[in-house]
Amino acid sequence: MFRPRPDTPAATIAVEVEGRVVRVPVGASAAAAVLMAGLSSIRETPGGATERAPYCMMGICFDCLAEIDGAPNRQSCMVAARPGMRIRRQRGARAIEMG
Amino acid sequence: MRRFDAIVIGGGLVGTAIGYGLARAGLDVALLDEGDIAYRASRGNFGLVWVQSKGLGAPHYQRWTRRSAEEWPLFAAELGESTGIDIGLEQKGGVQLCLSEAELERRRAMMEQMRTEAGNFGFEYRMLDHDELAVMLPGLGPTVVGASWTPYDGHANSLALFHALHKGFGSAGGTYLSNCTVTQIAAAPRDFRVAVGGETVGAPRIVLAAGLGNAALAPLCGLSAPVRPQRGQILVTERTNRAWPIPLGSIRQTPEGSILLGSSEEDVGFDTSQKPEIMQQIAHRAVLSFPWLAELQIVRAWAALRVMPPDGLPIYDESKRFPGAFTANCHSGVTLAGAHAKVFAPMVACGALDPMLAPFSAKRFDVPAAA
Repeated sequence: MFRPRPDTPAATIAVEVEGRVVRVPVGASAAAAVLMAGLSSIRETPGGATERAPYCMMGICFDCLAEIDGAPNRQSCMVAARPGMRIRRQRGARAIEMG
Repeated sequence: MRRFDAIVIGGGLVGTAIGYGLARAGLDVALLDEGDIAYRASRGNFGLVWVQSKGLGAPHYQRWTRRSAEEWPLFAAELGESTGIDIGLEQKGGVQLCLSEAELERRRAMMEQMRTEAGNFGFEYRMLDHDELAVMLPGLGPTVVGASWTPYDGHANSLALFHALHKGFGSAGGTYLSNCTVTQIAAAPRDFRVAVGGETVGAPRIVLAAGLGNAALAPLCGLSAPVRPQRGQILVTERTNRAWPIPLGSIRQTPEGSILLGSSEEDVGFDTSQKPEIMQQIAHRAVLSFPWLAELQIVRAWAALRVMPPDGLPIYDESKRFPGAFTANCHSGVTLAGAHAKVFAPMVACGALDPMLAPFSAKRFDVPAAA
């Protein structure tokens, strides 16, 4: 569905989206990696368990929430992709150890 | 001129609750709303139905708040049924955490005074120590010495409440008029006229529920409402699994999992900006209460202005000079929504306030200052 603009740098890095290796241009966001992986959603809402995908791409809508390198509820559009980054689906609210 | 049975000025939680109550009582109501330029406390509040600290030294306020809390379950159910909007009311009591022995002792004295002042009306409360609290609240910090508990408190989704009141007002036949900044009111006994957008609306009753705007509007109807803004700031965390189903005064978790942190108070005029040092204080106290909160990301924060009368108690009044004109002002638009819709509005519909509201008249401020 999405492809890089023609003026995108040719250099790429490899990240892992839901267990699949995807090559994305240097400087891309984690949310861009999700879109380039062809996923139709990356989270399920805590309220109605409906699916969401990156939308605003500028840190406002929170629909791109994902688990990134083990950290839950990250706004993936605000996180730069790094080589070897693991991006996984955010299912509902995060769990926390209350001690 | 368009004639109505009542005009309500103010489309926030107070105005819509009263407008909803009037429309449900069968009156033809015009609700005049300033629009999105207004200082909307209704969009910035914390969402508590909070009883336990309301009315210290003012038993009439304690009774009024308790009355509203009693109205809340049926009020929420009725709103939910008539609008299809779930307000998310949870009303199983609430606790106020104390982070030092001194704080706990002050709280204990306060709760006992509340009970004494309640008289035969009764006031159920308990003081909980750290160990009792730790069982009730997972992950309680060692700094928390204890807390007060009452069964009356609760919380709700205040934006859903706001939406439901607007929708319920409309489906009960109310007329909502937006972008109506009111600066003039032609007042005569039981005859009030307001020019809005090229036409005039008239009614034998008018309710001024314009929040901070009431300070300027009340004198137009022979009333006074000396309210001032008090800024409060709120932080909201990412959603997490449910920790506590009851509100904790300045901390509450929504059923969806967001945790709201708040309850700052600042006198800074009409300034709705946020201040990092206040946000730090709010976060610091929250992390002392529950150390695991430090792991959560803050995803939203805002400031809003409470509508504060000089003594912190609501103002309800009716005009002697222009019978049919009423004021309603408070800083607890959620807590008091039940009373506004179900108790106050019927009084306005009947044309006069019940004597139980007499102590809330702004005449209480007409005391000459000592020289």
